[in-house]
Amino acid sequence: MTTTIDAPRTPIRPAPKKGVNWEKWGWIYMRASGVVLVVLIFGHLFVNLMVGDGVSAIDFAFVGGKLSSPFWQWWDVAMLWLALIHGSNGMRTLVNDYSRNQTVGKILKGAIFVSAVVLIVLGTLVVFTFDPCPAGAPADLVASFCPTS
Amino acid sequence: MTATVSRKSQGGSFVSLKTAGTPPITQSGPKRPAGTLYRGREGMWSWVLHRITGVAIFFFLLVHILDTALIRVSPEAYNAVIGTYQTPIMGLGEVALVGAIAYHAYNGLRIVLIDFWSKGSKYQKVMFYVVIGLWVITMLGFVPRHLINVFSH
Repeated sequence: MTTTIDAPRTPIRPAPKKGVNWEKWGWIYMRASGVVLVVLIFGHLFVNLMVGDGVSAIDFAFVGGKLSSPFWQWWDVAMLWLALIHGSNGMRTLVNDYSRNQTVGKILKGAIFVSAVVLIVLGTLVVFTFDPCPAGAPADLVASFCPTS
Repeated sequence: MTATVSRKSQGGSFVSLKTAGTPPITQSGPKRPAGTLYRGREGMWSWVLHRITGVAIFFFLLVHILDTALIRVSPEAYNAVIGTYQTPIMGLGEVALVGAIAYHAYNGLRIVLIDFWSKGSKYQKVMFYVVIGLWVITMLGFVPRHLINVFSH
């Protein structure tokens, strides 16, 4: 008896003849965002963990100083969107590979999708509505450029 | 029962996936499965590590967005939570995190080269050891400095 095994990566469903081939664009996205994320995350890790006193220097004043600059705001928002979509698409691949039950798979993918959307919205709002000098905050907890009340 | 598949790979060479699935107990031809291109070799372990590090980074990312969101609550709330990242145990966790990120980054670039560079699949094995080498260099640069920051404050 001879069993024929599909070639690796043979899709469950053939790519649609018409319209957008989402799996193809997902594949391209993983590679394109991955290359950008290497730069963004290595820069993030270097500035936060290597420069100065590293992790022990991180506090509200440190983050306030960084996020008061549009440069770091956009850096962090780009990282947020690219990394969460990259990560949740990767998790979707794992569910497709390992989930044996369609219902469980759909629930897991739904949970991944919802958590990605919620965290992208939350993170974006935080970055752009953040006030580095909140009223009434103790002066020793906020960045040195904050006006002393 | 034999399971034999031949396909033309992107690189142009024929790949025999004789050992896909469970190897048969009795087999005509060679006693052992012919050398596998993939299973148990650099290709497989790089893929396994890529998945494990990817999942680990994903779950850290979920937590990390939530803890950073506390800057919108109050300086006290953020400092209380970030203080837990500055303990010795979490300091060691950050070594593991940076190790996972560095591996995932370098191996991801290796995957991009395998997919888009005409000689990528030919050199995938060499590139895996380049990934390991770059990872060791990165960790040698990061770990001592980070541990000094963690343990001297």
